[in-house]
Amino acid sequence: MNWLTKVVRPKIRALVGKKDVPDDLWYKCAKCAQMLFHKELEENLHVCHHCGHHLRLSAVRRLDMLFDDGAYNRIELPEVAVDPLKFKDRKRYTDRLRDAQANAVKQNGGADAVIVAHGTIGGQKSVIAAFDFGFLGGSMGQAVGEALIAAAQLAIVQRAPLIVIPSTGGARMQEGILSLMQLPRTVLAVEEVREAGLPYIVVLTDPTTGGVTASFAMLGDIHIAEKGATIGFAGKRVIKDTIRTELPEGFQRAEYMLEHGMVDIVVHRKDLRGTLGRIIDLLVRRTPSAEIVPLDAVANLGAENFKGKTPTVGSALTPVSQDLAADD
Amino acid sequence: MMRSFLNFEKPIAELEGKIDELRRLADTGEMNIAEEISKLQTKVDKQLRATYGKLSAWQKVQVARHPGRPHFSDYIAALTTDFTPLAGDRLFAEDNALQGGIARFRGFSAVIIGNEKGYDTESRVKHNFGMARPEGYRKAQRLMQTAERFGLPVITLIDTSGAYPGVGAEERGQAEAIAKSIQTCLDIKTPLISVVIGEGGSGGAIALAAGNSVAMLEHSVYSVISPEGCASILWRDGAHASEAAESLKLTAQDLKRMEVIDAIIDEPLGGAHRNVDDMTARVGDYIEAQIREFLPLEPGVLRAKRREKFLEMGRTGLH
Repeated sequence: MNWLTKVVRPKIRALVGKKDVPDDLWYKCAKCAQMLFHKELEENLHVCHHCGHHLRLSAVRRLDMLFDDGAYNRIELPEVAVDPLKFKDRKRYTDRLRDAQANAVKQNGGADAVIVAHGTIGGQKSVIAAFDFGFLGGSMGQAVGEALIAAAQLAIVQRAPLIVIPSTGGARMQEGILSLMQLPRTVLAVEEVREAGLPYIVVLTDPTTGGVTASFAMLGDIHIAEKGATIGFAGKRVIKDTIRTELPEGFQRAEYMLEHGMVDIVVHRKDLRGTLGRIIDLLVRRTPSAEIVPLDAVANLGAENFKGKTPTVGSALTPVSQDLAADD
Repeated sequence: MMRSFLNFEKPIAELEGKIDELRRLADTGEMNIAEEISKLQTKVDKQLRATYGKLSAWQKVQVARHPGRPHFSDYIAALTTDFTPLAGDRLFAEDNALQGGIARFRGFSAVIIGNEKGYDTESRVKHNFGMARPEGYRKAQRLMQTAERFGLPVITLIDTSGAYPGVGAEERGQAEAIAKSIQTCLDIKTPLISVVIGEGGSGGAIALAAGNSVAMLEHSVYSVISPEGCASILWRDGAHASEAAESLKLTAQDLKRMEVIDAIIDEPLGGAHRNVDDMTARVGDYIEAQIREFLPLEPGVLRAKRREKFLEMGRTGLH
């Protein structure tokens, strides 16, 4: 500490401090600690262009990214009892909830940790329920349970596949046993979709853990995981405390879960839309279209389609859109 | 047998100790002290009534974990004949933390599944302290499906601190095993009667408890997370477990109020551990009544009713 730091720095800080610099221009990658400029990050779908780390995505950003042309309709979700346990830890749950809601309204207009929307993916109508980790860690309480039930019912009414995208620490402790009861409730919701003969696809993103993994998230027809996502039941710290040894390399990562047979596919975020579109198309458009397209033409179209940086989700492969209702 | 006492039972423990001492003296025939004993017993009963009438949530957690509390094996011994344990998930292993089999219960053939914590060091290790691995939940699924195939009611007795958090358990799909087990509970077309006899620990408990009727013993607990776990996350200090227990509303009385469970089975004075025979008989009566109610229902109706119950849960009855 000398006269320079004492005298000069505060003045510089005062000078800089006056400028109105938004604080969200730069992000720090949680993995490689490189600074990432927001525009570049946005273009790169919030994947670090230095190390490939997939940053968490808000639910709205998720929907923008997955639906055709970023167009979709959100549905209004059922209201639930607020703070049924009158829960209080160091802070009141109602206060935590109010803060989270104020933040969510700014970001996505949502009232809790899940938003539900319908639109098309690769030309096929689809319903997506996406979690917002930013809302109390994406935790599942009554509102989330009701949202998933609503999403399942919407999928059934529309005869559309249901895609659920968890990003959550698990059940919401502040709603106690009522949160635990969302396990059977969400299991029921997705089972009804499957019983209706509709595809139920889970996109496991970082993190998918706890009670959510132990319910609807492990019951998909197809499990797609984003690269590097943490997927598991018990928390790493709990496991470490129980077994008192170091955890294996890559434990509970998407790739590790693939190796152990818990997920079907691990994808880079830029390929998620394409993969999802292809799977939906395969599961929904089950017979040849009325209009017969020569094989080589399809192959050419397909090749062209996947050359581009951002795949356009098999739209070229779908000369005639035919939905499930027409199949049945 | 050595009795173990909980902290808050200290005054009762002292009185009961005195009674034991007097009984020993009486046995040697030195004095006639029956009157003295009965006086003391009245005192003990009064104390028990006062203490157990207003247990805090944290005290209930301790009662629910009491080592002398009747276990799965006690219920099997008291309530069934011809219990035939069935082992293994047919995929990987047998899991001793989760027991199950077919038995005759008051005339009915039934499949009975439950957590066994063990009663001494050796058996606790054998049963992994009642914490099941994926194999346990897969065995449960298999047994529930067997029950369905033969139209047998399923009885589940829940007493676990939770599913086992280990590397192998994760690698073999602990989450998937629990999820499928819940699904199987909701799916089967025979009656599923669940009773939380001790600790209902989170996912490991609901995996067996999505039943047509779910009851809890008066001093049992059922929670989304253990009070210690909740305290270490929300208070950043496990020492706040008693506050967490209070906040979590995990007692049978709380759950009944929220309409998450269907019934509370009263415990004998001073808790289930003070009279195992009485407790097991009361549980037997409850289960029998439930089987008699649900078994005559048409299978589809039975399944639909169970699903409807869980779907409606939390939509009414909360304020």
